[in-house]
Amino acid sequence: MEPINLFTKGDATPNTQRGKLLVAGALGLVFWYLIYMQLEPFSFFFAYSLLGLEKGSHLGEAIQFFVYDTPKVMLLLTLIVFVIGMVRSFFTQERTRKYLAGKRETGGNVMAALLGIVTPFCSCSAVPLFIGFVQAGVPLGVTFSFLVAAPMVNEIALVLLYGLLGWKVAALYLGTGLLIAMVSGWVIGRLKLEHWIEDWVQELRAGEAIVIEEKLTWTDRVTRGREAVRDIVGKVWIYVVAGIGVGAAIHGYVPEDFMATIMGKDAWWSVPAAVVVGIPMYSNAAGIVPVVEALLGKGAALGTVLAFMMSVIALSLPEMVILRKVLKPKLIAVFIAVVGMGILFTGYLFNLVI
Amino acid sequence: MEIKVCGPGCASCEQAQKTVEAALVAKGVEATVTKVTDFQEIAQLGIFSTPAVVIDGEVKCVGRAPNQKEVEGWLG
Repeated sequence: MEPINLFTKGDATPNTQRGKLLVAGALGLVFWYLIYMQLEPFSFFFAYSLLGLEKGSHLGEAIQFFVYDTPKVMLLLTLIVFVIGMVRSFFTQERTRKYLAGKRETGGNVMAALLGIVTPFCSCSAVPLFIGFVQAGVPLGVTFSFLVAAPMVNEIALVLLYGLLGWKVAALYLGTGLLIAMVSGWVIGRLKLEHWIEDWVQELRAGEAIVIEEKLTWTDRVTRGREAVRDIVGKVWIYVVAGIGVGAAIHGYVPEDFMATIMGKDAWWSVPAAVVVGIPMYSNAAGIVPVVEALLGKGAALGTVLAFMMSVIALSLPEMVILRKVLKPKLIAVFIAVVGMGILFTGYLFNLVI
Repeated sequence: MEIKVCGPGCASCEQAQKTVEAALVAKGVEATVTKVTDFQEIAQLGIFSTPAVVIDGEVKCVGRAPNQKEVEGWLG
């Protein structure tokens, strides 16, 4: 995506370096946009002129869909992952923890949920993070707001939702995901469950928290962005392509309203069923969104599908197993119940409103 | 030289480990690389986000997998 070599550390002064980066970034963005604009015309050309398929035929629609959506989603993904990678170089878990340590509940819940989006996090670092938060005196409820938001509001999910289903669905997902994180953390805080944290965590005489203050230049931040792209896009592209492939097949061949009876608005039990089915399922956002899109296209209700997706991403069995090391089973049960209720509520709300 | 790679063993921890090993080979430095996976032990080092790399008792990076250039820099 960045056509110009950015690894010019050393001799250049910071100012000219920043200028160079800005020019490279602007050029890259223009280049990106030009390609992006050509995708749809190209997909029509490819399917209907080059391959000579008939407009409106099953195969033609499926191929046009695939040829349009795959590069579109990959382009969006690359851009967003790059930007988020740069943004995340401004945030570290250390800084977030320090910041939240002084916060009370309510306001703290809001901040924790927001920081959950931009702070680098992977589900297996949940335990050290939890210990660090507890040791630093971050309230339990605030800690949970962070732990819910961090996996749920996921940049890959947002990009895919935007690319495949439009900005409204993406915005709904972002808004409700944050709200669930804030409210369920707040509720857990109200319940005063500190005694359900494993004893060793409280008794632990941990070492002084190590904070490495890095002086990052803009070149370093760009490098972080590029590393994020190589890492994340390199890992998920195969899921995206496979997912869109399945989506394209469904798009072309499965009859409309196929899903309506089991996942439609009228089936009241479908929302709780979606949440329950989603908990043991563990998939990253890249795998789940194309499936979600296919379900929606065939008559499933938006609320039900959102509930399913949130349940898969935010409530995952492997994460619960990891958290079991620091939380007593009762607290894990409360965590699942509170977040599950939030997701359930969201599902019903959207089925009702839309 | 003694190097510890701290983390429970997820993808990014594995990557940190590989990067460290690659850097050692590239620089031709001899070192023992140990994996620290126990959360209690990790916390006692003052590390609350993983992966983390500790070289001769000094924590070099926390919360992300470093790139090879960085590690080579730490090896001196």
